[in-house]
Amino acid sequence: MSLALHNTRCVFKRELQGYFATPVAYVFLVIYLILAGVFTWYLGGLYEQDQADLTPFFSFQPWLFLALIPALAMRLWAEERHSGTIELLLTLPISPGQAVLGKFLAAWLFVGVALALTVGEWITVAWLGGPDHGVIATSYLGTLLLAGAFLAIGACLSALTRNQVVAFVLSISIGFLFILSGYPAVLEFAEAVLPEFLVGAVQQMSFLTHFNGMVRGVIDARDVVFFLSLIGVFLYANTVIIDSKKAD
Amino acid sequence: MAQKRHALKLPMIEIQQLTKVFDTRPAVDQVTFTVRPGEVLGFLGPNGAGKSTTMKMLTGFLPPTSGGARICGHEVTEDPIAAQRCIGYLPEGAPLYPDMTPASLLQFVSQARSMERAHARQRTDEVVALVGIESVMKQRIDTLSKGFKRRVGLAAAILHDPQVLILDEPTDGLDPNQKEEVRKLIRSMAQDKVIVLSTHILEEVEAVCTRAIIISEGRVLFDGTPAELRARSTTHGAVALHLAGTQADAASKALNGLAEVERVEVLAGDPDEDLVRLRAYGAGEAPLLQPITDLARNKNWDVRHLSVERGSLDEVFRTITTQTGAQK
Ligand SMILES: Nc1ncnc2c1ncn2[C@@H]1O[C@H](COP(=O)(O)OP(=O)(O)O)[C@@H](O)[C@H]1O
Ligand SMILES: [Mg+2]
Repeated sequence: MSLALHNTRCVFKRELQGYFATPVAYVFLVIYLILAGVFTWYLGGLYEQDQADLTPFFSFQPWLFLALIPALAMRLWAEERHSGTIELLLTLPISPGQAVLGKFLAAWLFVGVALALTVGEWITVAWLGGPDHGVIATSYLGTLLLAGAFLAIGACLSALTRNQVVAFVLSISIGFLFILSGYPAVLEFAEAVLPEFLVGAVQQMSFLTHFNGMVRGVIDARDVVFFLSLIGVFLYANTVIIDSKKAD
Repeated sequence: MAQKRHALKLPMIEIQQLTKVFDTRPAVDQVTFTVRPGEVLGFLGPNGAGKSTTMKMLTGFLPPTSGGARICGHEVTEDPIAAQRCIGYLPEGAPLYPDMTPASLLQFVSQARSMERAHARQRTDEVVALVGIESVMKQRIDTLSKGFKRRVGLAAAILHDPQVLILDEPTDGLDPNQKEEVRKLIRSMAQDKVIVLSTHILEEVEAVCTRAIIISEGRVLFDGTPAELRARSTTHGAVALHLAGTQADAASKALNGLAEVERVEVLAGDPDEDLVRLRAYGAGEAPLLQPITDLARNKNWDVRHLSVERGSLDEVFRTITTQTGAQK
């Protein structure tokens, strides 16, 4: 057990080093912070709102992540395949599962850092008026879980190809489905064509359904479990893909 | 345990009927052999013969379609991690993380191999000196020359002092000086390890290997020492003779008269030189040199050159690897 932990940590550390050895990380951080700011203050109209809270900021996160996280995740495995380093990595005495988990956790921590850097917005609304800090805290938690879900999908799809662009397009498409399935228009359509229990299932798969609860300040164990199990399923699939087609 | 196998001269690599089929075509076809301590095995074959595929299966990177391999007694498909602990592997082209430095890469490898910190530091110093990469330790790998990259890959492969070293084309793409350095390095490690290296350079096999296996289209076509390989050459043991002031016909007739000589070949010579170049092939195992020198003395030939041919590895290689194609 401790060896598995050691190996995972070893991959995790190498990955994290990799983020800061290349401009990718800094470009991602800057773009994320600028876009988050633009969406919140201009498009979301935070100034015009009567009450001081970060609802606009959080409601744009799913859309920001939809575009940015696939860009971050596309390299995770596609690049290993492309450069051949996957052969170096997987012939070390490290199991594919440990490698998958180490890479995912490093990417998740990195997004967590990006998220932590938006604390400026929190401070600003706190200064503008008394926001509900509890709601903001649960919203951050929800956002982190949402990021993990997008990342797990991106990592898994990145394992399917050596072409990063393909990985990117696949992840955006799948991510889009997970967001869309919560929209009323989609649900109405689903009601029209699907049996009732499946409509419920479609709604249950929606990122927005689970995310919006937390943005309203409610932590429901079911929402947390949903995101964590989704992460688990995609990481498991990621491991199976890596294990069964390492060399292609 | 690996040490003990080594001392007992137990096989370190045992391959049984190893087969890999891509789509429908076998890339590796029922390959079987064992490698014992002290052996340096040269894995020869034309491009696409299945050398890399075999090595990928040995190192647990690719699952075999059928058959299996044991490394230091560990079945690779059942316990890949245990097998991988015994192996140092340099994949083809020495892939390395481009954004790392050799120092950080070696640190990563030492941690991935759970080496104790003090031991890791000591081994790193040793291998860095051995492969000669001290000067580039803090440089990003993507800025290194091909030769340095290869050496960093080698350092990573031997860092944990593995019992079994698997090197896929370790000298490919290097200049002649770098090639010689890598060969020297391999020879220096040969005493206490099992080494398998693939190459398509025949001289390399003679320079570093104790044993050669030739594969083509996934099948083993030759397994023996480099000397045995050379002995397969049609010119092996033939005597080359250059004569001045003699007619080619007369000389070859005289040579053909010897019981030991089976046939004589007249080789094209330099027209300006007025030399007759002949090659006499023996009829059996009997030595040729003695009767031919006696004959030359009796005939009073003006001998400018006399040698026993060692045989051409290129020729043997071509013959062996094109035979299969002809059979199909
Ligand atoms: N991942 C793969 N998918 C399909 N065919 C492959 C794959 N890898 C290798 N091959 C085929 O297997 C054969 C052997 O390849 P390889 O082992 O790389 O040869 P060598 O290393 O001797 O040059 C080649 O014909 C190659 O095209
Ligand atoms: Mg090859």
